[in-house]
Amino acid sequence: MSNVIQIERLNKTYDSGFTALRDVNLSIRKGEIFALLGPNGAGKTTLISIVCGIVNASSGTVLADGHDIRRDYRAARSRIGLVPQELSTDAFETVQATVTFSRGLFGKPANPAYVERVLRDLSLWDKRKDKIMALSGGMKRRVMIAKALAHEPDILFLDEPTAGVDVELRRDMWNLVRGLRERGVTIILTTHYIEEAEEMADRVGVINHGEIVLVERTRELMDKLGRKELRLQLAEPLATLPEALSDLPLSLEAEGQELVYRFDARHDQGDVAGLLRRLDEQGIAFRDLRTRESSLEEIFVDLVHNGRKGD
Amino acid sequence: MNLHGVKAIYRFEMARTWRTLLQSIASPVISTSLYFVVFGSAIGSRMVEIDGISYGAFIIPGLVMLMLLNESISNASFGIYMPKFTGTIYEVLSAPISPLEIVLGYVGAAASKSIILGLLILATSRLFVDYQIAHPFAMVGFLALTAVTFSLFGFIIGVWADGFEKLQIIPMMIVTPLTFLGGTFYSVSMLPPFWETVTLFNPVVYLVSGFRWSFYGVADVHLGVSLGMTVLFMLVCAGLIGWIFKTGYRLRD
Ligand SMILES: Nc1ncnc2c1ncn2[C@@H]1O[C@H](COP(=O)(O)OP(=O)(O)O)[C@@H](O)[C@H]1O
Ligand SMILES: [Mg+2]
Repeated sequence: MSNVIQIERLNKTYDSGFTALRDVNLSIRKGEIFALLGPNGAGKTTLISIVCGIVNASSGTVLADGHDIRRDYRAARSRIGLVPQELSTDAFETVQATVTFSRGLFGKPANPAYVERVLRDLSLWDKRKDKIMALSGGMKRRVMIAKALAHEPDILFLDEPTAGVDVELRRDMWNLVRGLRERGVTIILTTHYIEEAEEMADRVGVINHGEIVLVERTRELMDKLGRKELRLQLAEPLATLPEALSDLPLSLEAEGQELVYRFDARHDQGDVAGLLRRLDEQGIAFRDLRTRESSLEEIFVDLVHNGRKGD
Repeated sequence: MNLHGVKAIYRFEMARTWRTLLQSIASPVISTSLYFVVFGSAIGSRMVEIDGISYGAFIIPGLVMLMLLNESISNASFGIYMPKFTGTIYEVLSAPISPLEIVLGYVGAAASKSIILGLLILATSRLFVDYQIAHPFAMVGFLALTAVTFSLFGFIIGVWADGFEKLQIIPMMIVTPLTFLGGTFYSVSMLPPFWETVTLFNPVVYLVSGFRWSFYGVADVHLGVSLGMTVLFMLVCAGLIGWIFKTGYRLRD
């Protein structure tokens, strides 16, 4: 598969002396949805801003669709659309005017039919003649997405697209993202809502303190680093764990009503059958059982706080 | 060349002008008209002629320049400062558009607006004072050159400013005094020799002098010098803007 974004040895030190990115190497594949995860201040926005031309890199190279973002900035930027993290719009312009402006700014001839389609896709068509300042926050974010799509980009950056966004918009946004992907658009997003990365992204990159900690297919990451958990609802509550089971990773929860078996899916597959057999031997009966995999969120917190690296 | 981009910025900036018609067009026209009423008709009728020109007519080129300078600077500086302030600048910075094209859009719109205003004020002043234009093409040329030069200057101020106060400090503290002391209301040759020499360090003198020449064929300083100084200032501004984009100064971190 070809790389649509190729970042090599990228460094950024701001004028303040703060180093926001250290030796970042990252490749984004054509047509994928890539989620960049990291705590606040990790350098996500800085990274996106450099690729989009808003911030100058201190060193390193970035190719967008094979074009160097500095030397060949026209070709590179015309392929990229950006929805920035901050909500910033021209208060006095109408929705339609601002989207038309964006298209022109990116060097495309006017195309009212295309602009109409974008506005309709984002449920903005009815509001096209409204001044932006009269819109709600959610609507303004839709306007910013429409602006980013106005020039038909092949690569779309969404910087924290769902932060502070209502349920309806979030759902619409993901439908839009899926639709764009079907048309071959590559999508790079940052998010704090990790379930979304889990659900939407083909691959996940984790960044912390300006360094890429890991890049992995979402599924594989969860298989590799995920924890599994088996919860048994006991027929009779237990005060303490029987001595005979002390060699197993078991704990009692919910005031002795639940027995929880946790194992690391990375190292062992867990011997559930063995566990159940031994419970039976001890005469411990249960009414119900549930299994659960740890979410990307837990994996992420683990990675960031323990500095654990994937292999 | 991204002509669609230049057009988009230009249109956007002009739309801002039409949206705020009262503030951007009516207010400068009215305030300049007040000068004509006070200095042209009321006081002017008691003043002696300067270089054989009635006082009311004499001050017209200077007043137009005064307004042209202020409007060019404030328009262009506001035009680039606002997107920086609201954050919408991200879009221009991420667009496939060159520094030259960005400047063409912003400065072109600011200068266009100033030129329109200048012509409107000239037309309005005709209601109060009788005047001739000896060299109409040169007059329009000076008008355009000054509008472009000071719009470039305004663009620099707008990039430099990181607050509304800074946005206004240069026009208020430097440009307005220089225009009042730049021969708008008097001929430089009316000053004592020492002050006449000092005045020659004021760039506005060259603008007003050249512009007045295009009306009445008389000038305080040689025409070529006027033109040369204006073009020089324009080149300095253009050079500074080139440096701004090259280094990213206050535009790109
Ligand atoms: N213009 C700037 N000058 C100095 N430091 C900055 C600037 N912008 C961001 N930073 C710092 O760089 C780090 C990374 O910021 P950012 O890329 O916005 O992180 P994220 O988007 O992951 O939250 C933060 O510590 C932030 O304070
Ligand atoms: Mg951020």
